[in-house]
Amino acid sequence: MIITNIETVPGKRIVENYGLVQGSTIRAKHFGTDLAASLKNLVGGELKGYTELLQKSRKEAMERAEAQATELGANALINVRFATASVAQGAAEILCYGTAVKVE
Amino acid sequence: MWQFIEVGVPLALILLGFFAGRLAERNHYTSIHKREDEFLSQPAATTKTIEEGREVQSAELAVGSVVVSVDYYKRFLSAFRMLFGGELRSYASVLDRGKREAILRMKESSPTADVYLNFRMETATISKGKRKAIGSVEVVAYSTAIKFKA
Repeated sequence: MIITNIETVPGKRIVENYGLVQGSTIRAKHFGTDLAASLKNLVGGELKGYTELLQKSRKEAMERAEAQATELGANALINVRFATASVAQGAAEILCYGTAVKVE
Repeated sequence: MWQFIEVGVPLALILLGFFAGRLAERNHYTSIHKREDEFLSQPAATTKTIEEGREVQSAELAVGSVVVSVDYYKRFLSAFRMLFGGELRSYASVLDRGKREAILRMKESSPTADVYLNFRMETATISKGKRKAIGSVEVVAYSTAIKFKA
């Protein structure tokens, strides 16, 4: 599946538009990474545990959107956007949405 | 005894934050500068179109993200700044590092691209520290990586 965040797939022609697809996941953090992060908070810098968690969640959300697009018969996902919202302290929703199309 | 602990522990944390934070920041900037030089000829743009007449070989989504947090010393400084208002210079360097790191990771996720179109960047607060201070911030950078036909 080709994924872009612009309105076209450069070098290809859109032959069919299937409309909006989306995928989302809500993740909570593990207390272990949370503890490590609170210690790391003292010296600052990157919180690797959180980075990894959010990267995994974003991948998951994207895979769900892709699965929806595949189901519709699309072979590309265009104009993809991400959104993050913290649902509660320690939990975040990652949303990925885009337009499923068929390109040639 | 208790007074000593009450003053001593925060003071030790401030000193730890100052020295360890400063060292980490210097190392990080060295690494950022080195990696940015490698990607000098592969720019990221916020435009959505490419120049006419160039044939595209592939297009894919490139994503990079990082979660950064401020050290104890900077948080301590910001508490003073928040009394009087004004620019929080100590936080600026942390967010600058986060943004540049996210851009670099985005480029590293598809390192052979010629140009990164429709570049977008978002920041999200992950955890709020005590007293409304920024705890940690996530920076996400994403774009469409375009590779031209040779």
